[in-house]
Amino acid sequence: MPPQQQTERQAMATLAKSPLLFSTFAPMSARRLYLFGGVGLIAAGMLFGDVFAVFVLHQNAGQQGAALIDASRAVASGNAAVSNESFVRLGTLLEDRGTKVDAHVHMVDAGYLALILALVQPYVALSRPTKKALAGLFILGGMLLPIGIFLIHYVGLAYSPFAVIGWASVLADAAGALLIVVLVVQAWGYWKYLATRELTEPVLLAENSMPSRALLTGGTLLVLLGFLHGAYYAGALLYRHEEMETDILKRMLGAASQGNLTMATSEVNNFGMLAGARAVNIAAHSHIIEFGLLAILLSFVQPYVFLSEKWKRRWVQVLLGGSVILPVFVLLELKFGLLAGGIADVGGLAVVIALIGMMVGILRYAGSLDATESRA
Amino acid sequence: MTRSRGILVFGGLILAAFGMLYGLHYALFVEHQTLDHMGGTLTQAFALAADRNTPRSTSALEAYSSTKYDYVRQVDAHSHWIGLAMIMVVIGLAFDRVNFSEAFRAVIAFSLLVGGTLFPLAVLLQTYHHGAVMFKALAVASSGLVIAALTAAALGFARPSASA
Repeated sequence: MPPQQQTERQAMATLAKSPLLFSTFAPMSARRLYLFGGVGLIAAGMLFGDVFAVFVLHQNAGQQGAALIDASRAVASGNAAVSNESFVRLGTLLEDRGTKVDAHVHMVDAGYLALILALVQPYVALSRPTKKALAGLFILGGMLLPIGIFLIHYVGLAYSPFAVIGWASVLADAAGALLIVVLVVQAWGYWKYLATRELTEPVLLAENSMPSRALLTGGTLLVLLGFLHGAYYAGALLYRHEEMETDILKRMLGAASQGNLTMATSEVNNFGMLAGARAVNIAAHSHIIEFGLLAILLSFVQPYVFLSEKWKRRWVQVLLGGSVILPVFVLLELKFGLLAGGIADVGGLAVVIALIGMMVGILRYAGSLDATESRA
Repeated sequence: MTRSRGILVFGGLILAAFGMLYGLHYALFVEHQTLDHMGGTLTQAFALAADRNTPRSTSALEAYSSTKYDYVRQVDAHSHWIGLAMIMVVIGLAFDRVNFSEAFRAVIAFSLLVGGTLFPLAVLLQTYHHGAVMFKALAVASSGLVIAALTAAALGFARPSASA
């Protein structure tokens, strides 16, 4: 083993035996559950988002266009009933897309909340078993909520005793309620802390290392870039897009009413392009800000990533690189089509891989800490 | 807890709670009606066009556009209040690592709080007066404040501490 690597290993072994570090990361503590569960939820949610973008998103957009073309044909032939049927089909397609987007967003957001809860545990004045039970319930709710949302489109109202709510919605609502209950109890624990101002466990260690600082600075810059892009979109494009949508729909209906199906179909294509332009701008805006938040949150757990400095830096670079690639190439999809879409998916995958890499480091850290403790 | 950190963490929590309460009110009393109206007017515009009733079809289409204008901004206000609050809390947790004086950090924190409160409010107010210049200007100014504060925070994080 090269001497530098040996020194790094020795340093990490000493670090793992530190009683302060051990007390901030006790075995099977609420903090560990939140940390592992949170990173797992974020990684799974992002992977699901990547799969959705590759296999569902574009196909669904194509089917929406086809439904609108059918509605235009119905207008041309003066058949209001068929036009209404096309809109029912369009509604089903929008539900299919919407529930998948919601499942992705809710899984990732539950992961973010879990990471925030891992950070604030010292300020929650509750007993250890209560905190641990709450953490277990939160992770369970965070898993069941997106599963319930995903199933809404497929389960529908089958075997449901309710008029408009299906079993999948019941599952999603119950899981959401579970998350709210856990958060309310955490708030109550925080209220109790305010009375005494005594920390119930040590706060996570602050590290002024390069990976930690890069994640903090990079994360804030990503949030800033997302904000700048949002401001540009709102100022330069939002109103124009809204006017364009009304104009396109007017032209589409006018052409269909006059039986000009070629022009109506062309306007449906314009409508699809406009919807695409809006979607990529909103997706780029929200993804870059979410990745920024993720980077800031991950900067807090860097002292617990049991990897050499070189590998810690590598994962930070991969994470920040992927966080820029995905939104930039999502925007470029309008010009370069599926090629840019493919590169954006690779960017998303890079973020997932970096997350898993950091999680492996935290698992190694937890393992070495537990092994040291059991030998003592 | 330092003053600047307190402004961000507690201000963020209050803003998030406000954003969620607004969202709850919106979901219970406004959203379903708005979505029904939006879907209904668009379907109606097509059905009326099929019946060759162009004036009513156009009027249904305009009602759809107006409802969608409101819907987009109502949802944006809700999501931006909560999103900005989350950013404030997360940045607040690490705010002691912004390597500026506490007085300057308090200015950054206060700017984020004011910008984060006013920006979604300005967006929401636009639904009461479509295209009102005053509310557009307020949205631009408050988002500018958030951008300036985030830039300062990023610079502070990047700056090595004197003790490091």
